[in-house]
Amino acid sequence: MTTQENSQAVRTIGIGGAAGDGIREAGLRLAELFNRQGYQSFLSFSYPSIIRGGHNFSRLSVSKEKIFSDHSEMDILIAVNAESVRLHLSELKPDALVFVEQAYAEELKDTGANIIPVPMADFAKEINARPIARTTVGLGAFAFTAGLRLERTKELISSIFQDYGGEINAALAEKGYNLAEKLNLPKWREGTGELAVNEKAILTDANKAIGKGLLAAGLDFYISYPMTPSSSLLTFLAKEAVGGKLKTIQPEDEISAINMAIGVTYAGKKAAVGTATGGFALMQEAFSFAGISESPIVAVVSQRQGPATGVPTNTSQSDLQFVIHSGHGEFPRIVIAPGDAEEAFISAGNALNLAWKYQMPAIILVDKQLSESSQTSILDSSKIIQNEVKKWDNEGVYNRYKFTEDGISPFTAPGTKNASVKLTSYEHDEFGIATENTELVKKMTDKRFKKGEMLEKEFSLYDTVKVYGDEKSDTAILFWGSPKGAILEASKYLKKPVKLVQILWMEPFDTEKVSKELAHVKNLITIEGNHNSQLASLLREKTSIVPNHKINRYDSKPFEPTELVKEINELL
Amino acid sequence: MELSTKAKITWCPGCPNATILVAYRNAITELVNEGKLKVEDLVSAAGIGCHGKITDYLNTNTFEALHGRVISSATGIKIANPNLNVVAFTGDGDSLSEGFTHLLHAAERNVGISVFLHNNETFALTTGQATFLSPKGFKGPSTPEGSVDEPMNPLHIMLAMGATFVARTYALNIPGTKNIMKAAMQHKGFAFVEIIQPCITFFDTREHYNSSTEWLPEDFPKTDLTAAINKVREVGEKTTLGIFYQVQKPTFEEKI
Repeated sequence: MTTQENSQAVRTIGIGGAAGDGIREAGLRLAELFNRQGYQSFLSFSYPSIIRGGHNFSRLSVSKEKIFSDHSEMDILIAVNAESVRLHLSELKPDALVFVEQAYAEELKDTGANIIPVPMADFAKEINARPIARTTVGLGAFAFTAGLRLERTKELISSIFQDYGGEINAALAEKGYNLAEKLNLPKWREGTGELAVNEKAILTDANKAIGKGLLAAGLDFYISYPMTPSSSLLTFLAKEAVGGKLKTIQPEDEISAINMAIGVTYAGKKAAVGTATGGFALMQEAFSFAGISESPIVAVVSQRQGPATGVPTNTSQSDLQFVIHSGHGEFPRIVIAPGDAEEAFISAGNALNLAWKYQMPAIILVDKQLSESSQTSILDSSKIIQNEVKKWDNEGVYNRYKFTEDGISPFTAPGTKNASVKLTSYEHDEFGIATENTELVKKMTDKRFKKGEMLEKEFSLYDTVKVYGDEKSDTAILFWGSPKGAILEASKYLKKPVKLVQILWMEPFDTEKVSKELAHVKNLITIEGNHNSQLASLLREKTSIVPNHKINRYDSKPFEPTELVKEINELL
Repeated sequence: MELSTKAKITWCPGCPNATILVAYRNAITELVNEGKLKVEDLVSAAGIGCHGKITDYLNTNTFEALHGRVISSATGIKIANPNLNVVAFTGDGDSLSEGFTHLLHAAERNVGISVFLHNNETFALTTGQATFLSPKGFKGPSTPEGSVDEPMNPLHIMLAMGATFVARTYALNIPGTKNIMKAAMQHKGFAFVEIIQPCITFFDTREHYNSSTEWLPEDFPKTDLTAAINKVREVGEKTTLGIFYQVQKPTFEEKI
């Protein structure tokens, strides 16, 4: 970070342990604690594809200001094992405190870190708490150094851990707090105040935000076969579905999921599927089916590092070109790639509404970093644009694929009197009977693409492209998806102001707006989490603009703001 | 009630798919006349193969799925609107090769759809390759020295997976096929009907089946799973037709 002042504005806390130690929950609840103090949070979670054992790590950055990404340099590390300290030694700030389970303190002396032994397991045993709750002792010790009062700490912990036993967790936190006080540990000089709390601000990851966006647009069915990093959307919606109108189905495989979803939309109900890019590869033929049959399905696709099984629990942006070209044959589709949880919420709602308006498949493209990182967000349903579905007027013979001026045929579902609703995977006539008539083949293709053209006319209603930073700068950074967080965070520390351009709509592509925003740029830098600069390729295809510099990360880890600052500054 | 469309029928002249179509139209007409079905509540779905052309010839709601995936789509239709009567036509290539897993799971879930499997023991639309129902030694263009696979027994598999209605009929017996279709369409739960449908171009078994089918006796214990399994496993000179098994269980659309 470039200035002392800036580096003080953000505080970062790490919580490390083995899989099964409740590290993710501890991180989520610590973030919630800051949320209730009115702070902004960004929480990332990294873990291997292992259920027990293996290193799990939650990293939380908090600030009074909007925070777009977690930072790698930590003020505090809470570790329930020695490995968590050794793995993250290089990320500790010089004055960082390391709260470590007492049993491992001795062997960590050689690290030179400021090791504070905390008998987390013993304290838990003393009051008959479950061993998994021992991290709460660390949270209590941390609360002291963060400058929270003991009573406020207990009140917050008790409420936040209500479902896991509020009182017992508060007691654990108190033990940690008292220990830190007894050791007279240094406190954050700025303290942790109680800021004005925005009641609407919640801590959410993009998967949950997508779930809520789909629900806001009236989703009836969510059909999904579990696959990291999409699974948490299935489990979130399955929980939401209990007792409600939504139904969640977990079928035998991804192919069944999407073919089932097409059946659901044919019968007039709103359906979405969700998967990782590997699962979406299995859905390709049916995605094409949705295209020719004009079925309004929504696919939520979360990228992880490939190829093939790849690195299942790590992030990637290597599937942009694959996803925008989904399905064999040519047909229009909607592909929106949000860059944070708020955008994910709005994109999901808009995608479902647009899919129905245009009777066209839509994709929400995210990645592991977005799917599983939580940040303080305000999910505002009024930002989702509601659309009318063009319905049949019950006059004359019903033609499912009737030619119209805007290409959109009136919709009706089976169960309608005097209508034979004929949907087919074959090329077809207006009624829905298979055809090989070349004139009709061309006309039906044009009809479908007409809908794509109509959609492009609505670009101005949507955030197809977003611009941040210094809009007048002749240096611009172009990006998409989850790196938005790290890039916006890094931009706070760059040696000169730059223009930041984010592309959200990949299909259809807002060529006019992108060209306009980049027209006066002399130094264009693209930043992408892939090897092939796939957005740069798309940019060149659509606008003929070629970036001057490309920053790529393809080691399966998300961009770090601190590292990005260095890399970008070298190009300014 | 007009159940035909203007589409030209392109099955080979004399193809038993046409008799299946006639039996199905008769089944619909009777069910409607008997007040047991509203035609607008019927969805006739199909997969890809010669059987799949049936959707073009039906003036009902139809859903022409992808190859092997009709069972999944039919499941989606049924769960979205359980009031619909959903029939899924499929073939031995369409549901026992490409989409086998969907058939198994739909039977297990007891989805309330009727599956009519046109068994012609060959991939006819792609000019007569062996399927998993072709007899061992079947000589098609992809198996010039004869297929090496033993044919599977779809009825046995369906009984094992928990299908709640399992029957077999012969396409060239139109009234018999119509009656079984009607029973299947009125069954609450997953109904599986194997329709023996000789392929007159690539594997003409008409002569054999015309003289070697027999109906289950009236008093066959239809709720006895063991009896049904034993019966469908029988190897004899005659091929048995009829409803081997029918029980009531909660359906998938009720359970979700």
